[in-house]
Amino acid sequence: MKFLTYLSIGTLFGIIMTKSQAISWYRIYEMFRFDSFHMYGIIGSAVILGMISVALIKKYKLRSTTGDPITFSPKNMSIPRYLFGGTIFGLGWAMTGACPGPIYTLIGNGYGVILVVLFSAILGTLTYGILRKRLPH
Amino acid sequence: MESLVEWMSQPWPWYVAGPLIAFTMVLLLFVGKSFGVSDTLRTTCAIGGGGRVSDFFDFDWRKQTWNLVFVLGAIIGGFIASTWLQQPDPIPLAQDTIERLQELGIDNPGENYLPEEIFSWESLFTLRGFVMLVIGGFLIGFGARYAGGCTSGHAISGLSNLQVPSLIAVVGFFIGGLIMTYLLLPVILTL
Repeated sequence: MKFLTYLSIGTLFGIIMTKSQAISWYRIYEMFRFDSFHMYGIIGSAVILGMISVALIKKYKLRSTTGDPITFSPKNMSIPRYLFGGTIFGLGWAMTGACPGPIYTLIGNGYGVILVVLFSAILGTLTYGILRKRLPH
Repeated sequence: MESLVEWMSQPWPWYVAGPLIAFTMVLLLFVGKSFGVSDTLRTTCAIGGGGRVSDFFDFDWRKQTWNLVFVLGAIIGGFIASTWLQQPDPIPLAQDTIERLQELGIDNPGENYLPEEIFSWESLFTLRGFVMLVIGGFLIGFGARYAGGCTSGHAISGLSNLQVPSLIAVVGFFIGGLIMTYLLLPVILTL
């Protein structure tokens, strides 16, 4: 049952990402050139509605379907970690035109070669894990 | 039913997609999970025995299998949308974007989701294709974990929870994205 819940939420996400063209390399390129409002509208409206939803969940102390309180874990403050890590991620995002969600969805769309991007991303994560203690955080 | 499918097959405007992404995040919160796709890359490393090379991968990955099921869904969603909800029109890109890409040697911008000159198996064995697919993917995986999250974890989940670290990460995403788009891609695309 839980399996089907996560699977169907993921399926919904994959359909949204495809139909909104957010999986398109072109849309990401266009976004970074500030040529179109499309991606800013998607991310902006998602964030504004997300903020309102999170505020309401906290205000009314809403619980999940299992009856547990919905909790949010604050992220540890640091500048180099988020700035350096974010910049490296941004370089990859603009190059492949895909962040991790779209990587999976593009594979479902039949772009088999994106498996190479996924494999390389796993390798990148593995490399980070090995070098982690030597990087500024 | 047929008209519903036809209606859903149109490209979805931003004001439909954005709220639905927020809805996805909220659904996950209500089933007790948090929206962050790049965690699946770390989980995959852990399942593959990454704990042997770094304690970063030495954790109980079974608690993360839900996220692997979620991304399996994201693959299925892509399949469903491309199989039954497809529409033949090209992506309505901005004219400036189209012209710039043509200058850089991309023939039919917007014809498909991806420029097939680059995203194909044949291209993988060219310098340009190798750099974009292999190095690009590597930077995504390395950077997402270094920053502690990607677009979903920081830009959507983190900003929704008013996290300053997520804002710094998103600023980083744009610094990297702009450097790539304006300085590096013009060189890489013409390799």
